[in-house]
Amino acid sequence: MAEETKQAPPPARPPIWNDPVYRALFFQVLVLGGVILGGAYLVNNTLANLERQGIASGFGFLERTAGFSISMTLIEYSEEMSYGRAFFVSLVNTVLVSLVGIVLATILGFIVGIARLSSNWLLARMAAVYIEVLRNIPLLLQIFFWYFAVLRNLPSPRQSVEVFDSFFLNKRGLFSPAPVFEPGFWLIPTAFAVGVVAVIFLARWARKRRDATGQPFHTVYVSLGVLIALPFLAAIVTGFPMTWEYPVLKGFNFKGGSELIPEFVALVFALALYTATFIAEIVRAGIMAVSHGQTEASYALGLRPGPTLRLVVIPQALRVIIPPLTSQYLNLTKNSSLAAAIAYPDVVLVFAGTALMQTGQAVEIIAITMAVYLTISLLISAFMNWYNEKMALVER
Amino acid sequence: MKNSVSVIALAAAAVMFVAAPAGAGTLEEVQKKGFVQCGVSQGVPGFSNPDEKGNWTGIDVDVCRAVAAAVLGDAGKVKFTPLSAKERFTALQSGEIDVLSRNTTWTLVRDTALGLNFAGVNYYDGQGFMVRKDLGIKSAMELAGASVCVNIGTTTELNMADFFRGNSMDYKPVVFEKADEVVAAYDSGRCDVYTTDQSALAAQRIKLKDPKAHVVLPEVISKEPLGPVVRHGDDQWLDIVKWSLYAMLEAEEYGVSSKNVDKVKSGSKNPIHKRLLGVEGDLGKNLGLGKEWAYNIVKQVGNYGESFDRNVGPSTAVGLPRGVNAQWKDGGLQYAMPVR
Repeated sequence: MAEETKQAPPPARPPIWNDPVYRALFFQVLVLGGVILGGAYLVNNTLANLERQGIASGFGFLERTAGFSISMTLIEYSEEMSYGRAFFVSLVNTVLVSLVGIVLATILGFIVGIARLSSNWLLARMAAVYIEVLRNIPLLLQIFFWYFAVLRNLPSPRQSVEVFDSFFLNKRGLFSPAPVFEPGFWLIPTAFAVGVVAVIFLARWARKRRDATGQPFHTVYVSLGVLIALPFLAAIVTGFPMTWEYPVLKGFNFKGGSELIPEFVALVFALALYTATFIAEIVRAGIMAVSHGQTEASYALGLRPGPTLRLVVIPQALRVIIPPLTSQYLNLTKNSSLAAAIAYPDVVLVFAGTALMQTGQAVEIIAITMAVYLTISLLISAFMNWYNEKMALVER
Repeated sequence: MKNSVSVIALAAAAVMFVAAPAGAGTLEEVQKKGFVQCGVSQGVPGFSNPDEKGNWTGIDVDVCRAVAAAVLGDAGKVKFTPLSAKERFTALQSGEIDVLSRNTTWTLVRDTALGLNFAGVNYYDGQGFMVRKDLGIKSAMELAGASVCVNIGTTTELNMADFFRGNSMDYKPVVFEKADEVVAAYDSGRCDVYTTDQSALAAQRIKLKDPKAHVVLPEVISKEPLGPVVRHGDDQWLDIVKWSLYAMLEAEEYGVSSKNVDKVKSGSKNPIHKRLLGVEGDLGKNLGLGKEWAYNIVKQVGNYGESFDRNVGPSTAVGLPRGVNAQWKDGGLQYAMPVR
């Protein structure tokens, strides 16, 4: 029997203004167009207004000679260099204070967070008091406290606190011996790099062997041995090509050696101590989010409290900890702009401060400064997201 | 500080969003709102400083009062905006203030690239250094290696760099935003040297714990002509501020003071007096002001010499000598263009 194949008529396409695909596209184009027009209007308006008021504009100033000095420079800088160079000097200072702050805050935060959960009553209470006091005092006040109340009470350069005749602490900062590298020194860092690579392979091999045979391997001790022994060997071979330059009191202040300015110390202290309180609470929450059954199971398997915390609880807690930790890192970085209050030469003080005043180009400089913080924040975010993914629960 | 960054960011935003910020027509605007908005320092004794009751005094403040007297006929109709050195130009550019009278140095870059106009010089100054007496330093040439406390966003910052670089000496700048923080940092020993304009050194010295333990070094390393500033592009307003200042100078030069101004106005036969005080002719009209513009200035604020003696002169705590700020006929630099 011939079957009549009845083809269903294709669904009638709705008129174009009712088609969800086109409609969505239409609104997206509309919004995008609006944003672009709005942006163009703002840029055009800004340029017209600057021109009408006779204010200089453009980014040419970045190549002009800066002419001012900066109190802390990690990369080479002198007054003859350009505003662009001064910008990079201040950028490095901002990054440095943020990174050191993040590392210190993380270490302290983890210690305090775990201490707060300790079964030792005194330890837990002390951690609680530290957290409650420091996180409830505005950061700016804490910076002022460290800078004006604590570090200003140090002695003047001539009455410096001395340690071993090589470390000097006074109102102008901490002066310590600086290494002077002699030819042939390159072998030592090279040896260290070789050690690092070796350790990475060692760790991989050890993990594979453990997964395959269950035999543990003392990766940590062996790695430490390799990391110390290789550079040491290199040093012996090259005959210790390094001397120390000691700071010497000369004229107003210490000369030579390396110098840690009080502004940096005060800022790092305040940022780390303040942010650590938040991190401690995040750590505590993360640990408490791991069911107590996990700990009990671990004990039942014969693990002691230390390895239980390290191998069972913290890896699971990290999944809860990392996302809010990221926002604390971002906060710390942005809070580092309070540096301007105590003369630490960061981007805000040097670039959005001195350079802005000398050139008068507020719009460009504020835009660059905003872009700096945005970029640093996005980089931290990207790194933490990568780490988070790595630590996320792998379902087998 | 964060605060001032936000001020600058706001001002930058104002440049972006506001279609037509205050540019031309400052005079009409001031007449309409009924007061002059004047940008001053955050407290430099003798130049612009609030007393316990919140009244501002100082020679910079007197310039603003003179403008208010000329424009509105009442020297009291001034509102003051205390600004840090860093905020001052942005505040003026964005129209937040009408006049900036805040010991501001006249330089080429500020006059051109910043979109500003300087309306004259009300104090000829120069940059100096202050150190502790017990250091035993006699000259600025002995300052190699010193830590120097300085205010951000000032010509001082650059002059200092030039001075040390020119003499091949190294130094460590410690840069603060507020003048008070600079003084506190110097006083607590963070720096060996405090540098700013000589007049400000004399003024800020009063704030130190032990003013007598400090000494100002003899070297003057720069020219610092300080004067009132207005926005670029409003010539009428520039003229008003300029001639308000000249009227104070002219009044001193020809012996008119707040005490004798009424007598001179009614009795003097001198055509210069008559023109200045609006008895003869109508010079105010050229400025868009009333006949008695200069009379109001002299009557309510006083002449330049009175203002100087009252605020920074030898009898005050600041105690500055008249020096180069004397009238030209007394060997100084203050010279009013003829009011005619």
